[in-house]
Amino acid sequence: MKGRALQAAIYGGITAAGLAAPLAFPAYTFQFTVLWIMILFALTWDILGGQMGYNSLGNIFFFGAGMYICAVVQIGLYYDVAEYTASYGAVKVDFTMGQYFTGLALGLVAAALGSVLLAVVFGWIVFGLRGPYFAIGTLGVALAAGELVGTWNYLGGGGGISLPVFPGNPDTRAFLYYWLCFIFAVATFAFLKWLYSTRFALAINAIRDDEEKAEAMGIHTTRYKTVAWSIAAFFLGISGAVFGNMTGFIEPLEVAFPVATFGIFMVLMVLLGGKGTLWGPVIGAVLFHVIREVTWTYLLGWQWVLLGALIIINVIYFQQGIMGWAREKWPERFGLVVDRRTTISSREEAT
Amino acid sequence: MYDNLSLLAQAPVLNVQLALDGLFIGATYALAAYGMALVWGVMNIKNLAQGDFVILGGYVAVVLAGHGLHPILGLPVAVVLMFGYGWAVYRLIISRIVDRDLFTSLLATFGLAIVMAQGMNLAFGSNVRTADAGFDVLTMFGGFVTVAQVKLISFLLAAVLAAIVIVFMKRSRMGQAIRATAQDARAARVMGIDTDRVYAFTFALNSAICGAAGVLISMIWTIQPFYGITHTIRSLVIVTAAGLGNLPGVIVAGLGLGLAEQYSGFTLGAQFQQATVVGLLVLILVWRQIRQARHRQAVQ
Repeated sequence: MKGRALQAAIYGGITAAGLAAPLAFPAYTFQFTVLWIMILFALTWDILGGQMGYNSLGNIFFFGAGMYICAVVQIGLYYDVAEYTASYGAVKVDFTMGQYFTGLALGLVAAALGSVLLAVVFGWIVFGLRGPYFAIGTLGVALAAGELVGTWNYLGGGGGISLPVFPGNPDTRAFLYYWLCFIFAVATFAFLKWLYSTRFALAINAIRDDEEKAEAMGIHTTRYKTVAWSIAAFFLGISGAVFGNMTGFIEPLEVAFPVATFGIFMVLMVLLGGKGTLWGPVIGAVLFHVIREVTWTYLLGWQWVLLGALIIINVIYFQQGIMGWAREKWPERFGLVVDRRTTISSREEAT
Repeated sequence: MYDNLSLLAQAPVLNVQLALDGLFIGATYALAAYGMALVWGVMNIKNLAQGDFVILGGYVAVVLAGHGLHPILGLPVAVVLMFGYGWAVYRLIISRIVDRDLFTSLLATFGLAIVMAQGMNLAFGSNVRTADAGFDVLTMFGGFVTVAQVKLISFLLAAVLAAIVIVFMKRSRMGQAIRATAQDARAARVMGIDTDRVYAFTFALNSAICGAAGVLISMIWTIQPFYGITHTIRSLVIVTAAGLGNLPGVIVAGLGLGLAEQYSGFTLGAQFQQATVVGLLVLILVWRQIRQARHRQAVQ
């Protein structure tokens, strides 16, 4: 009973803090927004990387795909996309409030569904690959997407697209995107909390532990893997659409498919927090974001070297992450019962 | 695109130009890919920092050329320095991940790649550099085909280096020890081979090979701190296409990749050259997948 009250207090506290943060510190709204996106990244990466044991280096693909799908829908509803992108934002087009929100809402839906569709299609390609080939294959898909979009003139090529300008006060806009990111990150968390309590989680955990045996037990592994990837793609597509609108300008290599920055951050955040847990990615994301903001501010020029070193150290010495370490230290807190009778030390005591 | 294709059909001599350029650059790809296959085969590490080792080797030549040393003389210096660097990296990082799972090695070397690329960016700046070797340009076919002498020399040097490495692997005690460790590390240990030393040597050798490839690339092409990732992908494409322990395959795939890049760059436009490399990687993986699916059905 006490545990439940504590849990309710934690969730309530985080929700209240999340809602109030931009009002209390308006100067940091952008950083808070990115923080929620980071949490979403880490949570979605962990579905495959932590729970299913498939380490993807290319999940960022869906982020960029969602961003571009949303942009095309938003512009395409009212203008000719090819004409719009050919002008590189030189032609100023105005959107009314109604047009803007219709475009945004439809764009978000299209981004989510489009990303799921892409996940199903690319799932066919990459899920035959195991181990390192899966990581390399997904990395290849994400890199190829960035390069190909960069040569696709309909989408503005390497020059990118300017998204519709928000027809209102810039402060309102900042708050709007903050709360959108907050809502989607919390929704992702809630959905995954529910998902990890179902049979689906058991099935993907079985795939992680031993894929051949899972298949022999009658689990349709390819279907489960594709569904798990589609879930990740669904939320990543939405996050990409929101992020694209928030920055207002998208471009293939640095914003939409940043494989070497956001793409690797999501892996690092999960490893830092502890993979295969619900809270690990969240903790990792918060910690990582704070470290990143501090180093970016105070160690300009060296921040990337430091980041690379952090990856190496994290991977070599602390791969279980914070939650993994806590679970080893206090297994009973995590509902893991150590049966004393079967441990070797207790048998030695008995003799 | 169609204009360029018809141009190729009308002036077949342009094909000679493209083919030669492709082969010359492909030879350096094959060299770096051989190093990757070596480390992959012997210690089961997929080195995602491979391209950054190449670029670092190139910078050694560029810096030495800046001090008046000719890049061809800079080549042995780069090989020795990169050998030492590879040994140090093995002791610091790789020795701790050699027995770990595949993802650990991928991520740790990715981290290393970031550190190296950014370190080079801080040390040498982000400008595109080249080591000027100062040779003439040969013209053939009445001026339609131009071949820089330096490209020819680099091709020959690549061939000589490959021959040295092959003879070393076949004849020397260390080469034999490396091959024994690749076949069965445990048995090699039982036979009294110090496998840790073998691993260190293999990684240092790979680093030296990369360094040599980098010097050649800096002579015939350009280097920049962030070009490393593309070179890594090239090596991955070649090794994935050729398979491990298949030296003729690596050479053919390396030259083939060079050709593919030149042709796509010419027919589709220069911006497609990078896309070709990653696109080929995805295509090769898809092809592997289809082949395996057929194999799986046969088993059923």
